[in-house]
Amino acid sequence: MGIDVGSTTTKGVLLGDDGALLECVLEPTAPRIDEQSREVVARLKQKGGELPVGATGYGRKRVPTARAVTEITCHAKGAFFRLKRQGLLVDIGGQDTKVIHLGAQGDVQDFSMNDKCAAGTGRFLEVILGRLNVPLAEVSAYAARAPRVVSISSTCTVFAESEVVSLIAEGEPVEGIVKGLHASLASRVRAQAGTLSPSAEIFMSGGVALNQAMVAALAQAMGRAITVLPEPQLIGALGAALSVAG
Amino acid sequence: MITRRRLEYELVKHVVGPATLRFDTLRGELKRRKKKPRPDSPFGPPLEAAHKLKELMSLHYLAGRYADGAVPVAWVTSGFPVEFLRPFGFHAVYPENHAALCSAQKQVPELASAAEAEGYATDLCSYARCDLGSAFTGKTPVGRLPKPDLLCCCTNICQTLLYWYRALATHFNVPLVLIDPPFVYGKAKPHHHQYILDQMEELLAEAARVSRKQVSLAELVEVMHLAREGTALWGECLDASRNRPAPWTGFDGFVHIGPIVALRGTKECNAYYRLLRDELHDRVKKGIGGIKNERHRLMWDNLPIWYGLRELSTLLAERGFNFVCTSYTNAWAEGGALVDPSQPMASMARAYSHVLLNQDLKNRLSVLERLARTYEVEGAVLHSDRSCKPYSVGQIDLKDRLQKALGIRVLLFEADHADPRAYAKEPAENRLTAFLESFA
Repeated sequence: MGIDVGSTTTKGVLLGDDGALLECVLEPTAPRIDEQSREVVARLKQKGGELPVGATGYGRKRVPTARAVTEITCHAKGAFFRLKRQGLLVDIGGQDTKVIHLGAQGDVQDFSMNDKCAAGTGRFLEVILGRLNVPLAEVSAYAARAPRVVSISSTCTVFAESEVVSLIAEGEPVEGIVKGLHASLASRVRAQAGTLSPSAEIFMSGGVALNQAMVAALAQAMGRAITVLPEPQLIGALGAALSVAG
Repeated sequence: MITRRRLEYELVKHVVGPATLRFDTLRGELKRRKKKPRPDSPFGPPLEAAHKLKELMSLHYLAGRYADGAVPVAWVTSGFPVEFLRPFGFHAVYPENHAALCSAQKQVPELASAAEAEGYATDLCSYARCDLGSAFTGKTPVGRLPKPDLLCCCTNICQTLLYWYRALATHFNVPLVLIDPPFVYGKAKPHHHQYILDQMEELLAEAARVSRKQVSLAELVEVMHLAREGTALWGECLDASRNRPAPWTGFDGFVHIGPIVALRGTKECNAYYRLLRDELHDRVKKGIGGIKNERHRLMWDNLPIWYGLRELSTLLAERGFNFVCTSYTNAWAEGGALVDPSQPMASMARAYSHVLLNQDLKNRLSVLERLARTYEVEGAVLHSDRSCKPYSVGQIDLKDRLQKALGIRVLLFEADHADPRAYAKEPAENRLTAFLESFA
C-alpha cells in the first residue's frame, strides 16, 4: 500500500497482485498529519491486511512505520507502471511543480523542480482563482468562454494576486484572466521542461491534470498533445506502493 | 627590544597555547574512550588527524588574539599569495576562513544582520556580510580577531572581495594592497603576467614598509618551497580518494582545508598534511572508508554549505553516497605545481592567475571533467550558491555539458555557502534525496 501526503490532499492506495487498485482514499490534508495518515493506513489495512507501506509527499516522514520515498521517484514509478513508456512527466503539485524525464526502463533520467516559492504550482492557481471567485469545477468552462487571453506578467503568487486585483479594477473579463493564468503557469512549466528533453512525449499526473484548461494551456505552450494519466491524483501514492512492493 | 605584547604573543603561540590545546585534546580523548561508538553510524571511524587539525586551527586563532601590537597583522583573501607575507613576520587572518567558522557555529545570521543594518544588501556574499558584521560589532566565535595593519586582496576568485576590503580599509583606516589578475580566457598572455608581477613588487614594498623589515629573495624562495610542498601534500591527501572505498569524505575535505588556506607557506601546515596523508594511506591499505558502505561516488562543485555539513553528510552516508572529489578543495591543490622556485616571482604570477574561478567556462568544464574521470564518479552535485555568483554563473551549461560529455547524473542544488537564511532546508533535501534515489 502507498500513501501520498501532499500539501493539499492526502491520497492512499491499496495495490492488488495484478496491479489493480483495490482501495483508494483521497481527502484534504489535515493539520495533524500523523493522525490522519495513521487513519488512512488503518482503512487500507482493513481491506488488505498487514502489508508494507510506502509513503511519499511532503508529509512522508511523518507517516508511522512507512518507508519514505520522494515524490520524484514515486511519480516516475507510478507513471511508468501505467504507461510503460518513456517521456516527460509533469506533475503540478500544491507546493511544487516537477518535470521528470523518464527513461526507457522507467528510471529517473533527470528532473527539475520549481524554485523555492509557489510560482508555477497548483497553489498559484488556487490562490488566484479564489480571488476571482471561480470554483475549481468551473475553471475549464471559464477559460473556454474567454474572448481573449489577458496576460499575467507576475510569476510570484503574491504579486500575481495584486496584478489580478488591478486587472479586475481595470474591468478585464474574469474569463480572460483565468485563461491568462493558465497560460502563465504553462509557460513556466515549458521553461522547466526545456532543459530536460524537449522532444519527448509529455504526460501529466497530479490533481491539476484534471483541470482541462491547464492541460490545454500546457499543450499549447509545448506545441504538442498531453497524455493525462488515468486517475492522475493517485499516481504518487501508486508509486509509493510500488516502491515497497516485492 | 621585545615588547610585553610580543612576549605574550610568543608565549601563547609557542608555549601556553600548544600546551593548553594538547591538554584539551587529551581530555577529549578520554571522554571519547568512555563513550561507546554509535553502531548505526553510517560513517567510518573518525580521522585521528582531526584532533591535530583542531589544535592547529585553534592555536592560529588563539595566537591571533595577541597578535596586534606584537607582530604585523594582515587580513588576507583566500586566493592571495600569502607566502610573500611570511618572511616579513605577518600574522595572517583569513576573513573567509573565519566566516566559514562562524557559519559552522551558526553565528552568521546575527553577524550578517549587523552588516545588513549598516546598509549592506542581502544579495552580497554571505562571507562578506558575516565578516563586516563581525568587524562592526567585534563579535566572533574565536574570542577576538586582531586588528589589521595591512589588508591584502587578490581578485582571482571574485571582484566582491575588493569592495569588501575597501569597506574594511575604511573601517580600520589601514592600507589596502591589491593583486588584480586579469581574467584568463583560453591562455594568459605574457603582459598579463607582467601586470600581476608589477603588483607583486608593490606588495613587497608595502609589506616591508608596514612590517619595517626587509627580506631577501632567498627568504621568499624558501617560503615558496614550503607553500609548493604544502599544496602538493594537500593534493596527495585528496588523491587518496581515488581508491575504493575513499578513505575520507568530501565533507571531511572541506573541514581539513583550513591549514592550506590559512597556514600555507608554514612548516606547521606541511607537517599537518604529512600526518593526514599518512593516515589516509594507512586507511586505504586497511580498506577503511570515510563511509561504511560506499555504493556510489559523487563530485561536488562550488563552496560547501558550512552550516549544513553534518546533516547533508549524514543524508548521503546513510544511502551509501560519498563526495569523493570537489572542485573547491581541488583548487588549493592545483596551483602549487605551477610555482617554480627558480623563477619565483614570474611563476607566482602565473600560478595565482590560473585559479579555477579566474578562468573561462571551458576551462572549468575541463577541470570538472578531469576530476569526474580521475575519481570515477557516477554523478555530480553543482551547488548553485545564492551569494557566490562567480562560482555559480554558468552551472546550467556545466550541468548540460557534464551530462552529455560523461553521461553522468547531475543535480543543481540551490543553497548558500554561509547564510542559512537563504537555504530552504526541506525542499533542498527533498531534491537531493530524489537525486540519490535516481541511482537505484
